[in-house]
Amino acid sequence: MKKIIPQLLTLILIFLIIGFFTFNANVNMSNRGMEFGYSFLKRAASFDIQFSLIEYSRESTYARAYLVGLLNTLLVAFSGIIFATFLGLFFGIARLSPNFLINRFAGFYVEFFRNLPLLLQLFFWYYAALRVLPLPHETEGFNNFYLTIKSLYTPSLVWQNLNIFLYLLIFAILLVFIVKNYLKKIQEKEGRQYPIVYISILILIIIPSLSLIFGISTFEVEYPVYKQLSKSSGTFIGGLAIPPEFISLFLALSLYTGTFIAENVRAGIEGINKGQKEAAASIGLNRKQILNLVVLPQALRIIIPPTTNQYLNLTKNSSLAAAIAYPDVVLVFAGTALMQTGRAIEIVSITMFTYLSISLSISIFMNYYNKKFSLTEK
Amino acid sequence: MFKYLKQLTSLVAMVAVLFTFTTETMAAKKSKTLKNTIKKGFVMCGVSQGLAGFSNVDAAGNWEGMDVDVCRAVAAAVLGDSNKVKFTGLSAKERFTALNAGQVDVLSRNTTWTLTRDADLNLTFVGVNFYDGQGFMVRKDSGMKSTADFKSGMAVCTNIGTTTELNLADFMASKGLEYKLVGFEKADEARDTYGAGRCDAYTTDKSGLAAQRTVLANPDDHIILPDTISKEPLGPVVRQGDSVWEDIVRWSLNVMIEAEEYGVTSANADMMKTSKNPTVLKIVGVEGGMGEKLGLDNDWSLRIIKQVGNYGESYKRNIQDTGILPGSRGPNALWTNGGILYVPPLR
Repeated sequence: MKKIIPQLLTLILIFLIIGFFTFNANVNMSNRGMEFGYSFLKRAASFDIQFSLIEYSRESTYARAYLVGLLNTLLVAFSGIIFATFLGLFFGIARLSPNFLINRFAGFYVEFFRNLPLLLQLFFWYYAALRVLPLPHETEGFNNFYLTIKSLYTPSLVWQNLNIFLYLLIFAILLVFIVKNYLKKIQEKEGRQYPIVYISILILIIIPSLSLIFGISTFEVEYPVYKQLSKSSGTFIGGLAIPPEFISLFLALSLYTGTFIAENVRAGIEGINKGQKEAAASIGLNRKQILNLVVLPQALRIIIPPTTNQYLNLTKNSSLAAAIAYPDVVLVFAGTALMQTGRAIEIVSITMFTYLSISLSISIFMNYYNKKFSLTEK
Repeated sequence: MFKYLKQLTSLVAMVAVLFTFTTETMAAKKSKTLKNTIKKGFVMCGVSQGLAGFSNVDAAGNWEGMDVDVCRAVAAAVLGDSNKVKFTGLSAKERFTALNAGQVDVLSRNTTWTLTRDADLNLTFVGVNFYDGQGFMVRKDSGMKSTADFKSGMAVCTNIGTTTELNLADFMASKGLEYKLVGFEKADEARDTYGAGRCDAYTTDKSGLAAQRTVLANPDDHIILPDTISKEPLGPVVRQGDSVWEDIVRWSLNVMIEAEEYGVTSANADMMKTSKNPTVLKIVGVEGGMGEKLGLDNDWSLRIIKQVGNYGESYKRNIQDTGILPGSRGPNALWTNGGILYVPPLR
């Protein structure tokens, strides 16, 4: 009973506070004749969006525009996380290198990019670095890659029956899991070891390429072709165009977050007692085994939780996109759509819920991953 | 739950209405905004964050421009001093929320009058202080002479969240052109990005293009295409539901245009008190008791003209003399001079 009463009071207080804000918003909105509702999502958006991963035109609905923005946010967050992790691993390990040059270079990278505000870095990439690139008609290109002020134009693959290839890829991934578990069981039973990594890579390559070998899925390479737009300007048609808005956001986010991950990696490796390595060596493990079986599992325990935070930061920081015209969910939905409809409360609430969902999903995944590596005490 | 809330809300509203009816005097009785403005001693005015000719801060730190003058006129009419204005620079995104939330009482921010905004956003447009239209700016060496030279694949820089963005989408769709929209929240970012060569064209209202062109690195390298792809009647906005305040803002603007039509200027306003023309006498507040009908004193209009000037003076000072649109006034000339500036009579 003693325990319940304070909890009950807290609960009532929370309800009262939420109730007060709801009531307040309700009174003030009806005083100004404003309606609350999400029906505007079904209306035609009637504006264009620079680039979109899914079909979108000005006749699409606001809900569709939201989805376009969300996917663009996920695209830059996902690719940013991958590249930042790569940078973090590389520079984190490089910082421990006995080689003076590599060591100092990694130190310089971390100290430089960590200590400048992210928005400033973003402005640097977009308004300074990418502004000095040539115009499309001034560039020679490099093996059909054209880096211009308008976009980075690259060749792209045009697929026939891509879905079959992808199904086989998914099948291959599932197969890898099954084979891995099976081989581990054998190892536990009989003590024999198999090169699991090589077998997995082989499976992942062979099975999807079956569809290519038998000619079910095919692809052609499409090259960007120059098109004159006027006397002094042009563009490239065909291939893939990566806009400078994406490139600068991607670079700024991953270079900035990479420094923090590098420090996490360094902390993880340095956090392991020298005695652990010596003990492993003394029972006859080779260097690779020491790293894989002793050092890394323990280092990851230190690395993962703070790195999860960095992944969340990167995802949330991607909303700085609005400053440089990258059409993420904040610019498209909490920007354009909000201004065109005036539905501030509805749109801001949806946007907040969106970021909350993305962040919680990352947390859940990383917590699961962390649990796998945590110490199981007997 | 919500059902009760609604009932409770209407009860609160009814009590509030009863309360206002019983306590206040004539004009202020009807207008909460007017009453608050008098109490505070300044007009709360929302303007752009900087658009040459419309609302801009000069070297001395004073706001100036066509849109600024509308708020100054309201302050002169209501408070007797055109300087009693608190200007708030608003982005395109903030402007309607700021007005609806009561952060500003007049929104005079080169805002286009559309049905959606008038009806769906609970706002009231009181008039038009500048007839504009959307156009395009391109580089001179591109050789483009009109929008007929546009080709699929071009990139266009503009501001997001405005009618500009919607007009552009409609226009390109009607021409069957594919294009890349590079949309910014701030005008100067869009302009600089175009200037750097990221975009083949920059689009906004033509007056805005003219103003932005003067700020580009080499203004002579850029031309504004002759085509106008939309109607953009820009005007001051107030919250819906306060018709007294709405009338004050509307007629503060109208009287400036009326004064130009009848030749009343800031220089000759006092002398015009002896005029024989009844309309002129109404404009300078000698006849008709026009101010009382608005809930103000009868010198309201005289103060506007003496302190701010008539529409023509404001236009010359802000648009022509600054070199933004030095030529003819186009649609913004009086109807008697071939323009479309035509206001209801001050009668």
